[in-house]
Amino acid sequence: MDPMPHHPAAPVGAPTLSRRRLLGSAAGALVLGVALPGRAVRAEAQGPAEGAGAIAPKPGTRVPAFLEIRPDGTVRFLSPFVEGGQGIATGMAQIVGEELDVDPARFLVECAPPGPDYAVVNGIRMTGGSFSTRSSYALMRQLGATARDMLLRAAAARLKVREAELTTRDGTVIHAASGRSLAYGALATDAMALKPNEAASLRPPETFRYIGRPVARIDVRDKSTGRAVYAIDQAVEGMLYAAVAHAPHPGTEPVGIDNEATVRAMPGVHSVHRLPGAVAVAADSWWRARKAVEALSVRWSRPKPTGLDTVAADFSSDGLLAALKASAEAGHVAEAEGDAGAAFAGAAKVIEAEYAAPYLAHAQLEPPSAIARVNGDGTLDVWLPNQMPELFQAVSAKVAGVEPDKVRLHSPMLGGFFGRHFIYENGNPFPQAILLAKATGRPVKVLWSREEEFARDGLRPLSFSRFRAALDAAGHPTAIEARTVGEGPIGRYFGVLMKTPVDPSAVEGIVEKPYAIPNRRMTFTKVAHPVTIAFWRSVGHSMNDAFYESFLDEVAQAGGHDPFDLRVALLKDKPRHLRLLREVADLAGGWKRGPYEAEGGKRARGVALASPFGSETATIAEVSVAEGEARVHNLWIAFDPGSVVNPAIVKAQVESAAALGTSSVLFEQVVYRDGVRQSQNFDTYPILRREHMPAVHVRIVESGAPMGGVGEPGLPGVPPAILNAVAALTGQRVRTLPIANTRLAGA
Amino acid sequence: MFDLSINGRTRRVDVEPDTPLLWVLRDTLGMTGTKYGCGIAQCGACTVLMDGQAMRSCQVTVDSVGSAKVETIEAVEADATGRKVVEAWVAAQVPQCGYCQSGQVMAATALLRSTPKPSDDDIASAMTNLCRCGTYNAIAAAVRRAAA
Ligand code: FES
Ligand code: FES
Repeated sequence: MDPMPHHPAAPVGAPTLSRRRLLGSAAGALVLGVALPGRAVRAEAQGPAEGAGAIAPKPGTRVPAFLEIRPDGTVRFLSPFVEGGQGIATGMAQIVGEELDVDPARFLVECAPPGPDYAVVNGIRMTGGSFSTRSSYALMRQLGATARDMLLRAAAARLKVREAELTTRDGTVIHAASGRSLAYGALATDAMALKPNEAASLRPPETFRYIGRPVARIDVRDKSTGRAVYAIDQAVEGMLYAAVAHAPHPGTEPVGIDNEATVRAMPGVHSVHRLPGAVAVAADSWWRARKAVEALSVRWSRPKPTGLDTVAADFSSDGLLAALKASAEAGHVAEAEGDAGAAFAGAAKVIEAEYAAPYLAHAQLEPPSAIARVNGDGTLDVWLPNQMPELFQAVSAKVAGVEPDKVRLHSPMLGGFFGRHFIYENGNPFPQAILLAKATGRPVKVLWSREEEFARDGLRPLSFSRFRAALDAAGHPTAIEARTVGEGPIGRYFGVLMKTPVDPSAVEGIVEKPYAIPNRRMTFTKVAHPVTIAFWRSVGHSMNDAFYESFLDEVAQAGGHDPFDLRVALLKDKPRHLRLLREVADLAGGWKRGPYEAEGGKRARGVALASPFGSETATIAEVSVAEGEARVHNLWIAFDPGSVVNPAIVKAQVESAAALGTSSVLFEQVVYRDGVRQSQNFDTYPILRREHMPAVHVRIVESGAPMGGVGEPGLPGVPPAILNAVAALTGQRVRTLPIANTRLAGA
Repeated sequence: MFDLSINGRTRRVDVEPDTPLLWVLRDTLGMTGTKYGCGIAQCGACTVLMDGQAMRSCQVTVDSVGSAKVETIEAVEADATGRKVVEAWVAAQVPQCGYCQSGQVMAATALLRSTPKPSDDDIASAMTNLCRCGTYNAIAAAVRRAAA
């Protein structure tokens, strides 16, 4: 085998044995939990001494693995989760601080190193799926309470009093009877040596001072003064900077370099390297490395001329969409209820429509980078952006040819992620950094230029669904069918572990909708993409709710009903959803579809519901059209995640997700032509700019349902609400995203 | 060899004349508060002040800096307007991932120094940096707060 595997980072799920062996089954156990988050990880499937079953401590319980109480009264918290803008560092400080009785403002939160203590998301560890708070809330409360109990017992011994005579107040243990007190910092060493009592009692929620409050984020000052340190900012002693140029066609290899000697003589250049699918230059600064790598005259192997099994020379996104539409293969049933066939046979009216969404880039503002250092003792240090430390550790170990416990992994704050920092085939720079560190004998930092990032980012898959609905004489839907053809990231990366042929990440947002349509038949047909696909904020929901909720408006129109009223009718037995519809209408000053006059122009509104990641949303969008383009003025979003830890952070996350939803539906697309992505930078991949940002009005509804996700669920309702508003205003039903591809009729 | 005035100090750097100021700051001088986002004047993450003007440092070659006084995010709190902007950013809880915010704060500082009471149009034309986390409304609110 090639000593430098072409896909050193291919996750489990890639269908070849060699790749599975590359990763090993420990990582398999990790990804199993990601693939099936609702189920417990079954270590047996991985063999007796591997995977989650080999984990000794019960995750989330060993206090010293998480908390360091410092003499100055600050608390260092090693978090299972990585902060990337979603506010999880502050959320953790609130939850733990509430029970520990320390103001969250005195917390210093860092992402913990790999280790079994941090596998708190159903037995695995990752930051994603909007799982962080809901998966760890109870555990982290208990951890804080357990630590406080240890401090109390240490204080009781020190003061020679009974524990029951002691209370705490914000980092201090108090003996009221004698007027004595001890700061946590002075007790920490004694306390941490005690055996934890995992049944330490919790605060009654009605006494909460931090949980449920809009506590200030602990990272905003550093982020407002340039002091926050991201992966791209890190440096280690003696480090070389490396820039890479990837093969113009993914899957092709460098076969020769014509001017290597010339480039090696350029200022600051240390060395020139061939890597799997790329060439690299190491130099004493990144700019010099980049100029040199761009000066290389490289001969590349040829891509296959045609076909969809690789990104062939003639591959195009239009061609792939045509293939998805043309597929005649029967689908696997993703959801079936009643007798759709009979309902269609007896329908007064049948409507049908096809929807498509493009490939999308993450376009997080921090370009990806990684530092690798091979140490004299055979260990490896890596600093890299990641959402899953143990998986990156395992893959780093494979690439370096060492055992995972020889890899120290550092997880800095992320300059945005949105799903970018999982492992995606050839989509991560860290394997290159490791290979270059080994080749040069020096620590190496690889940074991808924005152009290289657009060339190798994993993409939200291009998607296609065909819908049919049967209506009765009163114009109500009696049956709905959807045929989804394509591929999702769960099937791609964790498919080996899936129990059904239906990829949940391809159909979520089309199945499990709340509407009382008695006959349903939703299917999924897999057609694999040759492209590296990825998780992208709200995953399948990011396009599927747009498809479904748009089509539901088509159903309303065909049946002669107002789209809001039809939803109310179809949700009459769903109090949680009905309430959200009422709340969002109230927030928007009452439901009206329009078109109507406002601020000297015509506007209209659209409504949509979505049920992503355990939360519920109802969204109303208000749009106008000028010069053929849609403009979004207002978004009203009622959001029910069950209960919240920090309402200010939740609102900010919903607004952030709404911005991304607006951006994606209006502008975004990665287009392939002749085997090459047509976007190289933000000039050719337009994202939402300030002038297109709508006002976003968020109302949090705490229904008390089990806690749902926060980071992603604000997104899925936004694209369909905008599409429905555009249709109300212009009469044009945009079924192929983004809207920018359609010139809208003036209104 | 170039002598640059950065945050009130003279720094001598030995780089090629066409090296962007951004990379001189980040790699040569280790001042990583100024961010790289695109390298082609699209995002504004690299915004610094040159003689008080907001400039995208990825587009400024080191040989064109001359005697201009360069101010970076590292010194923003040394300036009265900069301090006001930072306090407004904290009060309005603007940052999410934070990666764009060095550039946003510098752009706002330049705006408020030249236009202490900006109109909405002034804000719109001065605050053109990209934010992938969609903090645009919070940024506008913070600029208004800093101007109040
Ligand atoms: S890095 Fe300079 S504008 Fe984007
Ligand atoms: S806060 Fe993340 S890019 Fe602006």
